[in-house]
Amino acid sequence: MNARVLPYVLILPVTAFLCLFFLYPFVLVAKQAFSTGDGFTLDNFRQVVGYWKFPISLQNTLLLAAAVVPVQLALALLMATMVNKMQRGRDLVLYVWTIPLGISDLAAGIIWLAIFEQSGFLNSMLSGLGVVDRPVNFLSYQHPGVVFLAIALAEIWRATAIMLVILVAGIGLIPKEYYEAAEVFGASPWKRFTRITLPLLRPSLQTALVLRVILAFEVFAVVLALGGTLFPVLMSETYAYQFDLLDSGAAAAMALIILAISIGFTLIILRALRVPKGATI
Amino acid sequence: MAEIQIKNVAKRFGSYQALRDINLTIQDQEFMVLLGASGCGKTTLLRIIAGLETATEGEVWIGGRRVDHLPPKDRGIAMVFQNYAVFPHLTVFENIGFGLRMQKLPNDEVKRRVERTAGLMHIDQLLGRYSGELSGGQRQRVAVARALAMEPDVILMDEPLSNLDALLRMEMRAELKGVLAESNTTAIYVTHDQVEAMSMADRISVMHQGKIVQAASPIEVYRNPAAEFVAGFIGNPPMNFLPATPAGDGKWTVAGQILDGPSRTTPLHFAIRPEDLRPADTGLAAMVKVVEPLGAHLLVTCSVDGALFRAVLDSDLTVRRGDTLTLAPQPDRVRWFDPETTLAVA
Ligand SMILES: Nc1ncnc2c1ncn2[C@@H]1O[C@H](COP(=O)(O)OP(=O)(O)O)[C@@H](O)[C@H]1O
Ligand SMILES: [Mg+2]
Repeated sequence: MNARVLPYVLILPVTAFLCLFFLYPFVLVAKQAFSTGDGFTLDNFRQVVGYWKFPISLQNTLLLAAAVVPVQLALALLMATMVNKMQRGRDLVLYVWTIPLGISDLAAGIIWLAIFEQSGFLNSMLSGLGVVDRPVNFLSYQHPGVVFLAIALAEIWRATAIMLVILVAGIGLIPKEYYEAAEVFGASPWKRFTRITLPLLRPSLQTALVLRVILAFEVFAVVLALGGTLFPVLMSETYAYQFDLLDSGAAAAMALIILAISIGFTLIILRALRVPKGATI
Repeated sequence: MAEIQIKNVAKRFGSYQALRDINLTIQDQEFMVLLGASGCGKTTLLRIIAGLETATEGEVWIGGRRVDHLPPKDRGIAMVFQNYAVFPHLTVFENIGFGLRMQKLPNDEVKRRVERTAGLMHIDQLLGRYSGELSGGQRQRVAVARALAMEPDVILMDEPLSNLDALLRMEMRAELKGVLAESNTTAIYVTHDQVEAMSMADRISVMHQGKIVQAASPIEVYRNPAAEFVAGFIGNPPMNFLPATPAGDGKWTVAGQILDGPSRTTPLHFAIRPEDLRPADTGLAAMVKVVEPLGAHLLVTCSVDGALFRAVLDSDLTVRRGDTLTLAPQPDRVRWFDPETTLAVA
């Protein structure tokens, strides 16, 4: 077959698949979001944005992302650097560290619920040590900080590995000679990290951050398991519109708002970490 | 003053002995070339001097200071890497200034030194570019400029020209030698290319299987190889060898001919360079197998007493395959080696 046509023929099945199961539903959702029965309207958007829970859920989602993603980034970088320095047992450590990736987000939420709930591990431990007289209900409206912390911890525990895997692969691509050159020319280990590793890791950082930030705006099951209705986020509001209030127009509008935020942050990350032309490895 | 002394250095990688018993003194401002085949330990020795590798045994002294426990940056060295290691995310300017920035020099000093060394290496037009926008030769210049900008006591180079094409290599060879002579630094230059070594070095250290076989001036290494390995490695084509049996009284039988030699009673190897042979009335009988006209010379590959033997002759001669030549070795150029030790015999 003609070598110029062949690549397109080969990607055709995937493209068709994506059009059918992604693009088409997307168009349907968009149509739903922009109509209430009688033509094009922004009513759905006005309704969801005007609802009193919207600012809180937006704020909660952003706060959670702002708390979780930087910690995860720092942890993933630290872990990736450590793994990269290992001579032996590197694969084993990587497997162990990525175990949380194999657990669904709801299961992860339930694991942390088992720790924080009234009859959970944390309470048993604290009363065993005599710190508290009787079990405390940490995950109640009286302790919003603890609820936030529990959710953040669960998210960090669950989803740091996805960044780790990407960064380990990225660090592995940086030739050792650059580090040796930097060392000879007087760069301390910290300077080698900030002047060599970080800038040369930009493509991997982009991927890891985009992926992680998008996931952070879609956070749902962990929040539901640990915070229930105490901690509304954008995704749980969407769920409520669709299944509690049976208002699919509003749910579709919420979905599009989340999509717009994700796209916005993706563009910011891509722009902030872009590599100038000619400056790739 | 940056004299380098390497004392009893040995290096093992697990059970593999990469370097053994290296002793070498490099004078201040000397241009020392480490020459040897791939895998003989040149890079390992250079990295031990740089501090990128630790010796299993021995000491390294630079400028009268023991440095083998110091990190690379405290040794007063700069290095040019084989693959250049020009940082891809920095411009040429920032690459050359990298070491100066690490020393926290003020901006105008960095600018002054970067521009000076970039001028020396003729890359002042490229200061704003990234390494992805440079050719191999330009990257090489950046790597050298980055080392020179440090104004180091010692500059270490690991096969810096091996990735360039032949013409560029010849050009850079001369240029690099000039620039380094100007800069008054001590230089250690690793190469497997004997032409590069001969043309650039003040002294050559020939390495073989983790040892230094001979350290001497290029002409000395060429004329008086200390061992058969050196004789066979240096020179293109290399020296010819023939077995010699003692005929008493300092006379030796070589391929049926009687020649003068050292007074010894055990068999030796007779050695002569291809260009030190002349067609004559008496001499070694050589059966011509291949004739290669090289313009300036005629390279003739023959068989003498069943052994491979090459001669570089005047290109005016007419020699054909199958001819038998009588080749007379120039007496003062004949060398002798002990086959037991492979070392030269006076
Ligand atoms: N880090 C290492 N681990 C194990 N063996 C090595 C290492 N570095 C070099 N060697 C071995 O030491 C020998 C000398 O290597 P090298 O100094 O790089 O040789 P050269 O530069 O002369 O080609 C080679 O046989 C090489 O395989
Ligand atoms: Mg080498």
